[in-house]
Amino acid sequence: MTFDPQTAAIRFGTGLSPRIDPPTSVDQMLDTLRRPDDMARKFPVDRFADIQFTIDEIRRLNRTRRENKDSPIAKEAKQRIRLLKKSARRWQASWLNAALSRGAMTQDGFRERLVQFWGDHFTVVGKVSILRYTVSTYVEDAIRPHLSGTFADLLKAAVFHPMMLIYLDQVNSVGPNSRRAARRKGTGLNENLAREVLELHTLGVGANYTQSDVRSFAKLLAGVTYRGNESHEFAGFSAEPGPIKILGKSYRRGVAQLRDVEQFLEDLALHPDTAKHLARKLAVHFVSDAPDQGLVNAIAKTYLASGGDLTATYRAMLNHPAAWAMPDQKVKQPFDFIVSSLRALDVTPADMKRLNWKVMRAGIYAPLALMGQKWQSPTGPDGWPEAAGDWITPQALAARIQWAMTVPAIVKPDLPDPRKLVQTALAGRASGALAFAAKGAENRAEGVGIILAAPEFQRR
Amino acid sequence: MERASRRKFLMRAGLAGCSLAASPLITPMSFASIPSDNRLVVIILRGAMDGLDVVQPYGDRAFSSLRKSLKFGDAGGAFDLDGYFSMHKGLASLIPLWRKGQLGFAHAVSTPYRNKRSHFDGQDLLEAGTGMNAPIGAQRDGWLNRMLQTMTGVEAQTAFAIGQEEMLITTGAAPVSNWSPDTHLNLTLQARRMLELVYHDDPLFGGSLDEAIMLAQALNPAAMLDDGETGDSKMMQTQMIASLKGGGHKRVAEFAANRLRAETRVATFSINGWDTHGGQRRALTRALGQLADTILILERDLGDIWGKTTVLAMTEFGRTVRENGTQGTDHGTGGAMVMAGGALKGGQVYGKWPGLGEGDLFQDRDLMPTGDVRAYAARAMQGLFGVDKSVLEQTVFPNLEIGTTPEIIL
Repeated sequence: MTFDPQTAAIRFGTGLSPRIDPPTSVDQMLDTLRRPDDMARKFPVDRFADIQFTIDEIRRLNRTRRENKDSPIAKEAKQRIRLLKKSARRWQASWLNAALSRGAMTQDGFRERLVQFWGDHFTVVGKVSILRYTVSTYVEDAIRPHLSGTFADLLKAAVFHPMMLIYLDQVNSVGPNSRRAARRKGTGLNENLAREVLELHTLGVGANYTQSDVRSFAKLLAGVTYRGNESHEFAGFSAEPGPIKILGKSYRRGVAQLRDVEQFLEDLALHPDTAKHLARKLAVHFVSDAPDQGLVNAIAKTYLASGGDLTATYRAMLNHPAAWAMPDQKVKQPFDFIVSSLRALDVTPADMKRLNWKVMRAGIYAPLALMGQKWQSPTGPDGWPEAAGDWITPQALAARIQWAMTVPAIVKPDLPDPRKLVQTALAGRASGALAFAAKGAENRAEGVGIILAAPEFQRR
Repeated sequence: MERASRRKFLMRAGLAGCSLAASPLITPMSFASIPSDNRLVVIILRGAMDGLDVVQPYGDRAFSSLRKSLKFGDAGGAFDLDGYFSMHKGLASLIPLWRKGQLGFAHAVSTPYRNKRSHFDGQDLLEAGTGMNAPIGAQRDGWLNRMLQTMTGVEAQTAFAIGQEEMLITTGAAPVSNWSPDTHLNLTLQARRMLELVYHDDPLFGGSLDEAIMLAQALNPAAMLDDGETGDSKMMQTQMIASLKGGGHKRVAEFAANRLRAETRVATFSINGWDTHGGQRRALTRALGQLADTILILERDLGDIWGKTTVLAMTEFGRTVRENGTQGTDHGTGGAMVMAGGALKGGQVYGKWPGLGEGDLFQDRDLMPTGDVRAYAARAMQGLFGVDKSVLEQTVFPNLEIGTTPEIIL
């Protein structure tokens, strides 16, 4: 099997649209990826720097509350914090709306899919206060601009982002022999980020590294922190003096600096185990829960040969025959299911703008949770599961069916004719049974629902 | 490596390359049955319940100086349990259960989590049950699942995680079903027929649909399928928005009882709303009301089976011994666990009371934990399902010492 436009749109993009043409070739998909990011401009999402002021403000107000206990000032500060958190919730909804809009209306579906893929590979969950609502800013800063360069650049951007440093407790990690540890009791290393970088982001859990590598890496990382400015910084005061040996190589000669950490991350990026781990993840995410080993090997080989160049790596995947094998193996994740539905329904910017807070809650947030993918809230740093059986459970399938039958009519009051939709959304993929059902439904909403809930649309 | 998941069951069936038709979800198969007729319900109280206000140590002379606006004992309209502890009036509807010995508490208990007092980490640790020997976040399966992994005859419906909340406690390699009563599946007969038709050749979808229809009907046999008004999407939309509103805890309890009357032996869900930093009197009464409703619905709906049932309600940590400046309490350490059921040796407050006097508190602020909440859970599993002590101390709760923790099951 080789490239075909419909499979390119469905399997490697955000689905078919009645208005936007599918990709014409692998080269075209990858060229588009290197061109300016139109969707980011058209449906903007804030950067972490844009919300920094609000984070600082909440910190100030909390201090005010502590310092003026039981006074009207404290009460006012509390009220103000409540309002700020409420606005952050609304921002999150607008960023979710932007993410849906981008996927639904883009000519560059592969880019949106890669954003989801790498955002999940480098999962961040906001644990406290308004950080619960600001994961989109991390994705916009660290993931989206680094999709087509080297993996090392993407890795550094993700690992050093304040949201990541906070999520995996790096901000509190102090080298045991640092100046800070000497001065303050009760400080110490936190291994969380170091462990997850090795286990999840680079080498993979089965790779050949030890607990002592984790600990050494944590020592090297100590000092990388975020202290309420716009980005990460390196606090030499908390850094562990070198040299530090990790995976058989020595890092940090002389004065501790961020460059030592970067050097190690760059080495990690080009480790053969990292190549294997990433190749497998790409193949599992895009092609099959149990991918062809030849496909995985081809991706890993190109990854290493190109020095971790992501565009070359994607090309290796897209040029491999196994990537285009039929039938469709993957089940769309709930977010992707909703995006591709909106795309099939041909939503416009005006349609998306009409989705107010109440509709976003009842029609997007709540259904996503029932489908098993509560927005930006996976249970751990390992992100969302991939296997079809993880997503199609009785509960989650019921939620998908119910969404398909009800929400399209809210978003797009003039629903398409099911007989047309079955063509435009599925091209040649609809079974005879589905074509029959699309014709036989008692009304439009039900016909649309059956098409969107059908395995032919749910799988890719 | 794939994330171990509460939904792993179907995935394994699919990945092993064996036919999905071999899945008991789709084709009933005969397994050896789980070796017990008893039932265990685990309720996670998210937000950190103030154990000191639920089971109030009015007999401790230090207590009144620590709690100013939060009234307890007679002044708070509480029920005297045993001459030393009184029970918050929010649980008053459970007094008959206490008298029958079907309600009990463990006091001054906690998980091994110390010092940081984050809800997120505290709940992860409570549900993972692994203690502090593995870093928080690295714990990717839950203790109820690990218990199921050690048992034979576990089928898809043996354990149920109910509600929209992700339940780490049931995550893992053993099969666990999951359903939220907020899930509506309003299908006209025509739509159902059409879906069955388009799912016919895809066993994953077809099997899940059959199961979903069965579960939706279990709770509400009459309303699930109407073939009168066809595709009334307005009604469905209204229902969708309504499902965001309250009252969900009763639907969860009713659904749990419904499943426990059938083949389910283990059910788990959460009740939120315990993070009472301010206005605790009202907030706690409301949350306790939900817990009491839940227990009473289980008792009512389980009928005879209530006698074989134990309910454990546990929270991530307790709250500060001293009241704060906003008539509430902040995150603490030691707390209380609520237990109920006909299989419970109730009518008593278990645990070793550490005292509230000078020097008795943990870090001079929290109730000092004297017992491990996991040890009580272990006693329940031992008593109800006959799980081996060594399995409990090594696999289900690695490195736990049950020690002299009292046997709480009749």
